[in-house]
Amino acid sequence: MAAESGKIDPMHQFQVEPLFGRDWTIAGHSIAFTNSSLWMLLTLLAIWLFMLGGMKRDLVPGRWQVAVEGVTGFITNMMDSNIGPAGRKFVPYVFSLFMFILVANLLGLLPFGIIPGVHPFTVTSHLTVTGVLAVVSFAIVLVVGFARHGFHFFSLFVPHGAPWWMMPILVPVEFVSFMVRPFSLALRLFVAMTAGHILLKVLAGFVINGLNAEAVWVAPLVSLPSLFLMIGISALELLVAAIQAYVFALLTSLYLNDAVNLH
Amino acid sequence: MDAEAAKFLGAGLAAVGIGLAALGVGNVFGSFLEAALRNPAAADSQQGRLFIGFAAAELLGLLAFVVAVILLFVA
Repeated sequence: MAAESGKIDPMHQFQVEPLFGRDWTIAGHSIAFTNSSLWMLLTLLAIWLFMLGGMKRDLVPGRWQVAVEGVTGFITNMMDSNIGPAGRKFVPYVFSLFMFILVANLLGLLPFGIIPGVHPFTVTSHLTVTGVLAVVSFAIVLVVGFARHGFHFFSLFVPHGAPWWMMPILVPVEFVSFMVRPFSLALRLFVAMTAGHILLKVLAGFVINGLNAEAVWVAPLVSLPSLFLMIGISALELLVAAIQAYVFALLTSLYLNDAVNLH
Repeated sequence: MDAEAAKFLGAGLAAVGIGLAALGVGNVFGSFLEAALRNPAAADSQQGRLFIGFAAAELLGLLAFVVAVILLFVA
């Protein structure tokens, strides 16, 4: 970024570039190992290390084990209160989903950009990644719903206690609101992360360009406030990273509740 | 007015929607806090609903952002 003539290019950070295996292809599709793949692997590595240190089953847990049990207990509580006893089966899925999104969001915020040649990459800032996560959630809802209730699952589109003559309006509305779920799920995470990273990059561009400006008054007047704003926005982005992971897991559990308990 | 200028104007107008979503998100948390202070015992059990409301209000603001970005970079 901040390439020639101080032009800010906030979209460059989202570019997926092959790191090696540039000409690996399967049936004409490139399967090169990209920076996106690398950061996904780093995410999995971070989760693996986190879980490895905490899955000790000590009777008196250490700090690390308390941290891991805090997260698993958090997800288990959420599933219990939203779905009930039948929700225990889905705890591993929702836990993996929550941890992957949370750690990917947080790793993308790491300030590695100060090391030349190293760029953190936010995996969740791509609609393809969040879209796959949302489609997996939606597919599990469909499979569970049809497996448990058969074609009775379609009663999801018929609200309880509504008069029969309202059905021609209510059923299409319910159907659309059901079908739009994977899109809203994917779009929310993708846009929240993209917007935050664009904002941070634009502010970083202000700092750099202010320092490089010829007029002396620009640096204290533009760069300094931008730097403080960046610190604040970074804290906000940490909050957003956690909230978005929580919202994704929460909505998944609510949709699973529809599939398991039918309203 | 040429098409390029209209594009930028449209993106700017779409940004108004983000401000309106800010009103919505503020309303969600403000109402929650107001109610939680009246009955703090019931506040924790409603946290899930708080975040559902937050997610719904936020999504509409993010859609405004998507419209702005599509106008600037895609259209």
